[in-house]
Amino acid sequence: MTDIEVLSAAVPKLPRGVRLRRDEVRDQWLLLAPERVLHPDPVAVAVLERCDGVRTVDAIVDDLATAYAAPRETIEADVKKMLADLQAKRVLDLD
Amino acid sequence: MNDMTIPNPIEAARVAPPAPLGMLAELTHRCPLSCPYCSNPVELDKRSGELDTETWKRVFSEAAAMGVLHLHLSGGEPTARKDIVELTAHAVQVGLYTNLITSGIGVAREKLEELANAGLDHVQLSIQDAEAENADKIAGLKGAHSRKRIFAGWVLELGLPLTINAVIHRGNVENIEALVNMALEFGARRVEIAHSQYYGWALENRRQLMPTRDQVMRAAATVERLRDELKGKLVIDAVVPDYYAKRPKPCVGGWGRQSLNVTPQGKVLPCHAAETIKHLEFDYVTDRSLPDIWANSSSFEAYRGTSWMKEPCTSCPRKEIDFGGCRCQALAIAGDPAQADPACSLSPFHAKITALAIKDAVADAPDYIYRRFGATSGNARVQITRNGAPAE
Repeated sequence: MTDIEVLSAAVPKLPRGVRLRRDEVRDQWLLLAPERVLHPDPVAVAVLERCDGVRTVDAIVDDLATAYAAPRETIEADVKKMLADLQAKRVLDLD
Repeated sequence: MNDMTIPNPIEAARVAPPAPLGMLAELTHRCPLSCPYCSNPVELDKRSGELDTETWKRVFSEAAAMGVLHLHLSGGEPTARKDIVELTAHAVQVGLYTNLITSGIGVAREKLEELANAGLDHVQLSIQDAEAENADKIAGLKGAHSRKRIFAGWVLELGLPLTINAVIHRGNVENIEALVNMALEFGARRVEIAHSQYYGWALENRRQLMPTRDQVMRAAATVERLRDELKGKLVIDAVVPDYYAKRPKPCVGGWGRQSLNVTPQGKVLPCHAAETIKHLEFDYVTDRSLPDIWANSSSFEAYRGTSWMKEPCTSCPRKEIDFGGCRCQALAIAGDPAQADPACSLSPFHAKITALAIKDAVADAPDYIYRRFGATSGNARVQITRNGAPAE
């Protein structure tokens, strides 16, 4: 098992073929990928909306720590875990 | 509809089914390949009966509005439709996630580029084997394999995500590792190692295709190992062969529950093989709207939910997990689509399905019956002999 390490300087991005979408019929957020539908919770949506291929992981964590007034360490650990998980599913690129 | 009859209270009380997640649009049954396990029905729709552009566009709009998320543009070979770019662009416009399921044969680079520019989300390319000669033999077309390699290169150049789909059977089951490596080499993010499901053409070819239980077990172990080794590089999705299973697969996620198929002529089916259930009456998108068919067609109602079930399903704690398995397989093996799928160890027909698999897996492999228009009932077997005997 090769665990994926997410570097603070990495720039996460949803690749082509993966779409964060609001589903009006079911009133929920979805992450659409090939043959997959993922159901991100509100925190995950907040992270995914910031994965724009411009911001670094560090910048995203800073932004979320401010927006949610939460301890940076906690947010950093959660965000990195989530991004590693999505990368393992090949629905996120880390450059 | 101007029907002014008083609603039947039972009908009126029925809760509308949740919206489907995915739709398979079989745009055409025309295809340059003739794979003997094709999921198309044995009786193929002719070009003259295919839906026109405007009807498909209307169906896509209806699908999106009712909550369909993924649209699988399939066939046959979907790019055989002259309007494939227009159809794809429309599907993208109405918000559907578009997946092109293609053989990669007969698609010009310019056409693929137009599709990419139209907003196509994803390409799924079929590969018949890792060895070119055998791959071409399975596909029934010389040179197919090398053209697929070129096509995969274009997909990558155009920045489209690629999935490789490999249907697994006796003729390639020993090459799974090579197939996965080929998917990596082609730049795929995802590979489907999908054991042949024995309906339609594959059922006609079961003696030619069925692997042994030992081959299936080894294949599963290989997939598990590769999945671990390639974590983060390649997603491996596996479809297991259920003739050797203990539990049935929740076929199409439950009848009329998550997905629907539209045939080239516009017939709406709960699954690929539903037409084998002869007493069902299917509805056409040319007669009724897609949401109306989904919610009210007798063919969808027939096996939706659990009320149609018999024992052992009725009292089974898993009845809302696997939904009794596959109706078409129940019909094919047990002779009754309301029976439990014989793939389930609780089915009285389970021993029969296992025995069929064991018998077919060691049978002398006759020539493939290739998927062709009018090639049914074994009356048009093509004289191409397979290389070698199945590896045991």
